[in-house]
Amino acid sequence: MSLFLTQLMNGIGIGAVYASLALALVLVFRTTGILNFAQGEMALYSTYLVWFFTVRSVPVWIAILLAMAISFVGGAAIERVLIRPVEQASPLVLVIVTIGMFLAINSIAQVQFGNDIKLLPRAYPNKTWLPGNVQISSDTLVLVGVLVAECVILYLVLNRTRIGLAFRAVASNPESSRLVGVPVGRMLMLGWAMAAAIGALAGALVIAPVGLEGASMQEILVYAFAAAALGGFDSPVGAVVAGLIVGVVGTMTTQYLHVVHDIELVVPLALILVVLLFRPSGLFGSTRVERV
Amino acid sequence: MTADRIRIVRAVVAIALVVAAAYVFGWYIPQFYESTTTYLWAEAFYIGVAAMGLNLLTGYNGQVSIGHGAFFGLGMYTTAILMESHNWPFVATLPVVALITFGVGVLVGFPALRVKGLYLALVTLVLAVLFPELTNRFVPHDLCKTCGTSQVGELARSKLRPPSWVPHFVGANDQWAYYAALVVAVVGLVVLALLVRSRFGRALIAVRDHEAAAETVGINIARVKVIAFATSALYAGVAGSCFVLVKRLATASSVSTFQLSIEFLVAVVIGGTATVLGPFVGGVIVVFSGRYISESFPSTLLFWHIDDSVKNLLSPAIYGIGLILLMYVLPDGIVGGGRRVGITAWRNLRRRKRAPAAR
Repeated sequence: MSLFLTQLMNGIGIGAVYASLALALVLVFRTTGILNFAQGEMALYSTYLVWFFTVRSVPVWIAILLAMAISFVGGAAIERVLIRPVEQASPLVLVIVTIGMFLAINSIAQVQFGNDIKLLPRAYPNKTWLPGNVQISSDTLVLVGVLVAECVILYLVLNRTRIGLAFRAVASNPESSRLVGVPVGRMLMLGWAMAAAIGALAGALVIAPVGLEGASMQEILVYAFAAAALGGFDSPVGAVVAGLIVGVVGTMTTQYLHVVHDIELVVPLALILVVLLFRPSGLFGSTRVERV
Repeated sequence: MTADRIRIVRAVVAIALVVAAAYVFGWYIPQFYESTTTYLWAEAFYIGVAAMGLNLLTGYNGQVSIGHGAFFGLGMYTTAILMESHNWPFVATLPVVALITFGVGVLVGFPALRVKGLYLALVTLVLAVLFPELTNRFVPHDLCKTCGTSQVGELARSKLRPPSWVPHFVGANDQWAYYAALVVAVVGLVVLALLVRSRFGRALIAVRDHEAAAETVGINIARVKVIAFATSALYAGVAGSCFVLVKRLATASSVSTFQLSIEFLVAVVIGGTATVLGPFVGGVIVVFSGRYISESFPSTLLFWHIDDSVKNLLSPAIYGIGLILLMYVLPDGIVGGGRRVGITAWRNLRRRKRAPAAR
């Protein structure tokens, strides 16, 4: 039982990362209607920035904050410069543009910072607690704490400020919000900017224990996609819940079903297949009703 | 010019183009180039074939898939296993591959009916990631002589020799692979061209444009969608068979299957969705640009020296930026955009001729 609870905690910890990145995907999807294949690579670049600052002896948390600030601006710039010109194009064209960004950002990051494995200093001490035989590591606590903080801040910004109101208006109906004077373009930039900053934070925290290299974010991105699909692409709540589900199911399968190589990938993905077949818009997604 | 004369001119130009293409691809490239080049062209052909199939699904039917690498892999493994362990000739494996991938396509296509748009893309992504796990688990190990992860070991060179019934100008292994891929590509292209002009093709487009409206005019939506899915799976599978002749092995990892799926999609979009020739052209471009970007890169840029390792790291960036720029300039792809530009130019030309008479 204590093993089960320990794995549950680990699953929640890694699930918090998937949830953060899925949240970033959902923010972009809600505003611009794009499935951003480059989200993981944007987070990768931000994490390289964290490494860049820490090597120059900036304290870790400050480095992370700096990287988040730069990512915030960078995300807005990407939306304005790269996405805006093809905003009205077909979804397929947008997919290809983000795939192009995926390739470009990944290779530019490796050329700029070198393609050897970088070790990031931990932002917090690595400790384990044992309340009642359940192991809880500081990783889990920090990741969950960060996720909760993200959710609270997002909730406050989106539901308690004028900017948040405008942002939600654009997400639900860009045409009408333009008519009532909401600066739609700026809100789209805000969506990308917030997504980039969240991704930067998630990337820096998840990569610190294992080391940073070119392919670091790719598997995490697949899980984040899975979580976003499971929760429903237009639902932030769904992204968080589904991220945690994917994380827990993943660690449970590695713990209890380690008969097959790489099994941890199979079960969460199979779960998603099944869920999508019964709820085609995800657990929390809204179904679009078509008028004929 | 009268309509008749335009039609005659068009026919003459078309015939001339076909003859020229037949000479270049049917004789000049396989006979006068080294084997590396013929293999590269063969690769371009099979990527083009898979892209053609995906175009049927994505371009004409509006279902996006980023998992066709799985069907490609299925065809590849089927052919490799039949040739390696059961001594089948290559050509005999093709009908089997077609049958199996079509069947699996139907099996996958049915549940996919419920899922739409991005969610469908994600479901197929899951397919691409899971397929290598399946081959890892189920491909028997005695097939796997030299491999680390899920490879059918290299096929003996003798099995890749051209069979005795082909004409004598197909002498070498690379020529056999080239001509096999070429024939598959041409047949695939002709079938596709006929298919999209048929009643079924019209149904595909109707379902893409407005499902509810299509249903009211009596189209069986489920059947059309499933058949489209299965047919595109068949194209990908047969393309995978050609892979075996060119690369001499069968291999799959979750990264490579996903990358292939993305390559197919890129080929479709940069060539031109819902055009017959576009995805094939796109496939050729994808293969050759991937190969030549790093080779043709200058070693010094202004006063910045670029060594080889940096070149390899940098070539995806060039490729990615190229993709983005192409999407800005020609969002409807090379063939689609080319046609649009051509038609506008032709209209302008005629208007200018006619303008004085109208006054």
